[in-house]
Amino acid sequence: MTAILETSQDIREGVDRETIETVQAMAGKYKYGWETEIETEYAPKGISEDIVRLISQKNGEPEWMLDWRLAAYRRWVQMEEPRWAMLNYPEIDYQDQYYYAKPKSMASKPKSLDEVDPKLLATYAKLGIPLKEQMLLAGVEGEAEPRKVAVDAVFDSVSVGTTFKAELAKAGVIFCPISEAIRDYPDLVKQYLGSVVPQSDNFFATLNSAVFSDGSFVYIPKGTRCPMELSTYFRINAENTGQFERTLIIADEGSYVSYLEGCTAPKRDIHQLHAAVVEIVILKDAEVKYSTVQNWYPGDENGVGGIYNFVTKRADCRGDRAKVMWTQVETGSAITWKYPSCILRGDDAQGEFYSIAIANNAQQADTGTKMVHLGKRTKSRIVSKGISAGRAQNTYRGLVSMHPKAKDSRNYTQCDSLLIGDKCGAHTVPYIEVRNNSSRVEHEATTSKVDDDQLFYCRSRGMDEEEAVALVVNGFCKEVLQALPMEFAMEAQSLVAISLEGSVG
Amino acid sequence: MALPKVKEDALAARLAVMPEHAGKGWLAGARAEALARLAAMGLPARRDEYWRYTDPAGLISPEVSAAAPFAAGDETPIFDGIDRLNLVFVDGLFDPAQSDDPALAGVEIERLAEAGGKDIHWAQGVYGVLEARGQTPVQRPLAALATAEATDGVLIRVTGRATRPVALHYVHESNTSDAILHHCVKVEAGAALTLLESGPGAARLTKVLEVEVADGAEFHHIRVQGRDHERRAATHIFARLGARSEFRSFTLTANGRMTRNEAVLELTGDEARAHVAGAAVGDGDFHHDDTVFVTHAAEACESRQVFKKVLMNGATGVFQGKILVKPGAQKTDGYQISQSLLLDEDSQFLAKPELEIYADDVKCSHGSTSGAIDETALFYLQSRGVPRTVAQALLVLAFLAESIQEIADETIAEDIRGRLEAWLARHAAKAGR
Repeated sequence: MTAILETSQDIREGVDRETIETVQAMAGKYKYGWETEIETEYAPKGISEDIVRLISQKNGEPEWMLDWRLAAYRRWVQMEEPRWAMLNYPEIDYQDQYYYAKPKSMASKPKSLDEVDPKLLATYAKLGIPLKEQMLLAGVEGEAEPRKVAVDAVFDSVSVGTTFKAELAKAGVIFCPISEAIRDYPDLVKQYLGSVVPQSDNFFATLNSAVFSDGSFVYIPKGTRCPMELSTYFRINAENTGQFERTLIIADEGSYVSYLEGCTAPKRDIHQLHAAVVEIVILKDAEVKYSTVQNWYPGDENGVGGIYNFVTKRADCRGDRAKVMWTQVETGSAITWKYPSCILRGDDAQGEFYSIAIANNAQQADTGTKMVHLGKRTKSRIVSKGISAGRAQNTYRGLVSMHPKAKDSRNYTQCDSLLIGDKCGAHTVPYIEVRNNSSRVEHEATTSKVDDDQLFYCRSRGMDEEEAVALVVNGFCKEVLQALPMEFAMEAQSLVAISLEGSVG
Repeated sequence: MALPKVKEDALAARLAVMPEHAGKGWLAGARAEALARLAAMGLPARRDEYWRYTDPAGLISPEVSAAAPFAAGDETPIFDGIDRLNLVFVDGLFDPAQSDDPALAGVEIERLAEAGGKDIHWAQGVYGVLEARGQTPVQRPLAALATAEATDGVLIRVTGRATRPVALHYVHESNTSDAILHHCVKVEAGAALTLLESGPGAARLTKVLEVEVADGAEFHHIRVQGRDHERRAATHIFARLGARSEFRSFTLTANGRMTRNEAVLELTGDEARAHVAGAAVGDGDFHHDDTVFVTHAAEACESRQVFKKVLMNGATGVFQGKILVKPGAQKTDGYQISQSLLLDEDSQFLAKPELEIYADDVKCSHGSTSGAIDETALFYLQSRGVPRTVAQALLVLAFLAESIQEIADETIAEDIRGRLEAWLARHAAKAGR
């Protein structure tokens, strides 16, 4: 027997068969693939200075904001799209899509949620996102104390509405669409926008800087614990339209906020572009938890359609003891290019990154994190779990950098990959740069299929095979699932379960 | 695709200073092909991703920076106690006077400088062939340079189990020597060879070693790079492994201003085993880069990469390692560990340990760590009456042990341990630790 086996359809052991079948069936199972029929107003197709001006004008922006956008645009036209990721996709024609789409009913901004087009409200209701205050998130009924979650709902290029604004305002928390913040809190926006992810940061961030249409803005004042979780739900609806949202979160000294982000899109045969930027500024003693369940339309089993997701997310722990925790469950998108990063500038700052990335069918994910240790005694922890199935390619790419001044710092990285089927790929590309000796850096990575020894052990305890696999696979993801806020843990667990249904029993 | 102007100029400048080497026959053809490969890729540049952590400037410049040979004093040369067939190269040229008669049962040895005119059939399937295969997916221009411009080298064919190791000893005499060597080894089915390499070779050494290990064959390689403080070296091993074959390579590096050791191993037959290991110790102006690429292209193969570095006084260690498991290479067992011990605040370790896996029934893992010596362990030993310097040396040796264990020959392993201990004692004394 030799070298390369002609990859056969043979499936080893019954376990894998069912899993593969279920996973294959998944392609047709994207729950959020429907479309809302709604009249939409588009900006002309393509991108140019005029389009940038138009978006700025639609948002009623001041001159300084327009200048900022134009500077980014002029920079962008000179930049080249990065191709270093392990992603294979045809050239994107940036002139062949819309950069701005807004439901016509949003022409004049509704003053309250009651004035919002019922069709839009129905869309969010169908997605399970409560846009009415007092409503609870699905799956958490029965709690003694109802948990409140404030939601900013972004539909294509505009924010539809934000809930619990008044209650948040009482606590001094600002939570509003960024388009509003630019008008109402220009000083805060001017001070922080682009301070974590500069306009010229990378190709997609620069594109976003030029054409971002909306997104969320959060300011948590000094010493405030945000009274409820904040969340933004992004929905792409319009055809042939890219979504470019920008999120800016500022956690002032000693504050705390937990922020959730979700996203879905209709099934379409054409790829759609999503290039978002999230900037988080964390001052002394403040803490931010940022959790994402990314469930954009992944395309069908043949790789037709799906979202191209190119996202730049970065948190800057500027003050001492500032803390950030990124948690992400990446199940959607045809292409994922996303590296939520932590700049640990303050002494004793902490960064954590927990990730589950599931790539199935023809999906490709290249995702990971950067931990840049600048301050003394900074700590970071990376736990990444990649699951590949079908013909998917799943790459962890990360950087851990210990600067000479980051004395006595610590990093622990664990990246594990699980392969289901013999046509997919799992890759690990870590960069480790240690420039002082009092810091300790440890990196571990493993790649395997469902472990036979673990299965055998479970079986020897009287479990049937399906139960055993369920236990092992759940165990594989557990560390990350546990890091999610409860609302998301429910959704994430069910998402993971769906992709492995059958073997999970 | 045309090369950027900068790269074109750098290559032209480098080639302009190459001595004439009228290659004959089949060798001329192989050299011309390599030159074409090189012209297409250009020499490495700092901005190339594969040279992210190592500045190639000193390895590609037309002029060689002066490097004085190291005076070993009355130290016993390495491998001296081993019964071996010794072949000596001085500043990149074979020296028959200092070498043994190249006669060994089951082993055919030819000098590269004389090989072009002879019809050495087997070498035509190896020379430049494994190097060319190793150019994808990552380019290794200095290897193509060595194929095209080698001043000398040996071609070794092994048809039986060699009774003695073949030792290549590289003497560095001239302060500005710029040696380019290219060796080929073919270990035929069921045959076995141990190859020893020692010495710095030149002020600057560019080297390729191509090894074809046929089904059921064994190749053991132990290399000790010279202690010259200022020398620079870019070395490459390209190996192709047949079914149930075994490849083991260990490299000890102490000193040297710049060392880049690349190993490109391709496991093409089922149940092949490849182990590659390295121990490096550096003090001060020392930059050491291990770049390893292991491709699993067959079933049930095993690979191990074990690299350890001890760095002090601003020394830099680099590790770039990759395990690529091709589709269908099921039952692969791949392991990779890269660790560095930083003995002071100024030293640094830069690593990129990669996995790229396209088969599901595999076990692959890698680990990478970096940190200072364990103060608790040091304290414990001191509390037992062990002086601090001795305790430190003990812990450093324990740290390096896993890589030295990859040497199959216990006599050589013991010798290397002793030399490392002596090196550490000297450098600890120097630093006053």
